[in-house]
Amino acid sequence: MNWMMISSAALASVIVLIPLFAIFIYLLYKGVGAINIDFLTKLPLPPGETGGGMANAIVGSAVILALASLIGVPFGIGAGIYLSEFGSGKYADGVRFTADVLNGIPSIVVGIAIYSLVVLRQGHFSALSGGIALGIMMVPTVARTTEEMLAMVPNTVREAALGLGIPHWRSTLSITLRTAASGIITGVMLAFARVAGETAPLLFTAFGNQFWNLKRDTILTQPTAALPLQIYTYAISPYDDWHRQAWAGALVLILLIVTAVTAVRIVAGHGQMRGSA
Amino acid sequence: MLACSISVLMVLGLFIYELSVRSKLSLHQFGFHFFTGTTWDPVSGDFGALPFIYGTLVSSLLALILAVPLAVGVAIFVTEICPRTLRGIISFTVELLAAIPSVIYGLWAIFVLCPLLRKFVQPWLAKTLGWTGFFSGPPFGIGMLAAGIILAIMIIPIISSITREVLVAVPQSQREAVYALGATKWEMIRMAVLRNARAGILGGIILGLGRALGETMAVTMVIGNRPEIAKSLFAPGYTMASVIANEFSEATDDLYLSALVEIGLALLIVTLIVNALARLLVWGVTRGSAKRAHA
Repeated sequence: MNWMMISSAALASVIVLIPLFAIFIYLLYKGVGAINIDFLTKLPLPPGETGGGMANAIVGSAVILALASLIGVPFGIGAGIYLSEFGSGKYADGVRFTADVLNGIPSIVVGIAIYSLVVLRQGHFSALSGGIALGIMMVPTVARTTEEMLAMVPNTVREAALGLGIPHWRSTLSITLRTAASGIITGVMLAFARVAGETAPLLFTAFGNQFWNLKRDTILTQPTAALPLQIYTYAISPYDDWHRQAWAGALVLILLIVTAVTAVRIVAGHGQMRGSA
Repeated sequence: MLACSISVLMVLGLFIYELSVRSKLSLHQFGFHFFTGTTWDPVSGDFGALPFIYGTLVSSLLALILAVPLAVGVAIFVTEICPRTLRGIISFTVELLAAIPSVIYGLWAIFVLCPLLRKFVQPWLAKTLGWTGFFSGPPFGIGMLAAGIILAIMIIPIISSITREVLVAVPQSQREAVYALGATKWEMIRMAVLRNARAGILGGIILGLGRALGETMAVTMVIGNRPEIAKSLFAPGYTMASVIANEFSEATDDLYLSALVEIGLALLIVTLIVNALARLLVWGVTRGSAKRAHA
């Protein structure tokens, strides 16, 4: 019995790791052949024609993610600082609980809520609404990690800062926050890696675009292409060339995300906060 | 800072309010019958959401049945059984599973998983278990079974990481006490570790359920998108998230849009309740604020 259960646990681990390796290997196998300069620099061609690329989707994703970070990171870090340094009792518990619950909302529901709140009021799809949707999804993760990292700063640091005679808010920003900086950056990168692959919120906010969208007056007010969106559209289409490009796009996306996650692991592994006693 | 924390509460409230307002039309038109009707007919304006609720529940349940033994098994293996050197590598690779975007899961499922199911797994299941009625009908490859399997792969990392946290939180003295009674390794795991961590593991499972209920992209790509209730797992189905993803941008009139938003509202409320329940369970076990989980 003992041997049977232990080997089942080992077997479970093996079974769980099989899809991971299968996905990565197949992705590399299919994607590497399809990535070329054309893919990274050209626009999509009309359906059925071979060639073309996903350049606008890659740049569009970058724009949307930059907007999302601009919105999500300040709010998230601010909420995390509040929860860790200033809040206490029922209100702070309520905010933590809400943040966790917000984390679990399906991304498609976030998408239709932002569609309702922003797109319908603006009158058009845009990178801005996509950025807002993804930014909102980043806030709970960033807030919770910031709170945890700040909680790990020893109190001696805080007391030393207060002993200098500076106001509480100033000491929090300059000293406590800086001490926990590497951990907070970890949290931000994790949130970034998570929203980088999200498709559902972008379905009705950024909507996708076959062309470039980089002019000053259109960058925030016209539908924008995004990499996950383009992968989805190509994957469910009936064209072989589009399937090939979907694999290439998927490889680019996963490389971006794995780089972020691995960088986080390396930074967190060094993990020691500079300046802590 | 206070404003930032208020914004978190405000966002949730705003979402609920906005979705309720937009679904008012459909709420007034159909009332409770919306959740029990089985026809989804945009042309004649008759909307009933039961096929989607059925699809969501069945795919999530199937995912749980497949994922829970595997996830708990991995967690037990990593925390109790495997040598210390392997621990970091295995837990890192399982967390890497959580980092893969769902559209890539869907892509892989369409081109690798479904052909596999169609050619090997489904005919074998039909031959051996076809008499139950759950494995009958033509083996399309895509359908409820494929959706359940890909969902299972997606929720294993969540359940596994929370289970690992609660297993580690069990005090070492409990394990030593059971060993002192002469237990074998498995008996020790069962009596000291699992029994103490029960509530937390349940919380992790419920969290995984919450993720499975709301998962959109991978499921949309493999479930076949047919709004009908069928007993067989080989049959195509439709989930609440999938119908929103597929039909939202094509909803032509206000009633159609309102019906879709009402489905979204129902999904929001259900995942809210499920996640709240899970957090309460996990908080109780890991002493105070829960560690951030991969959601």
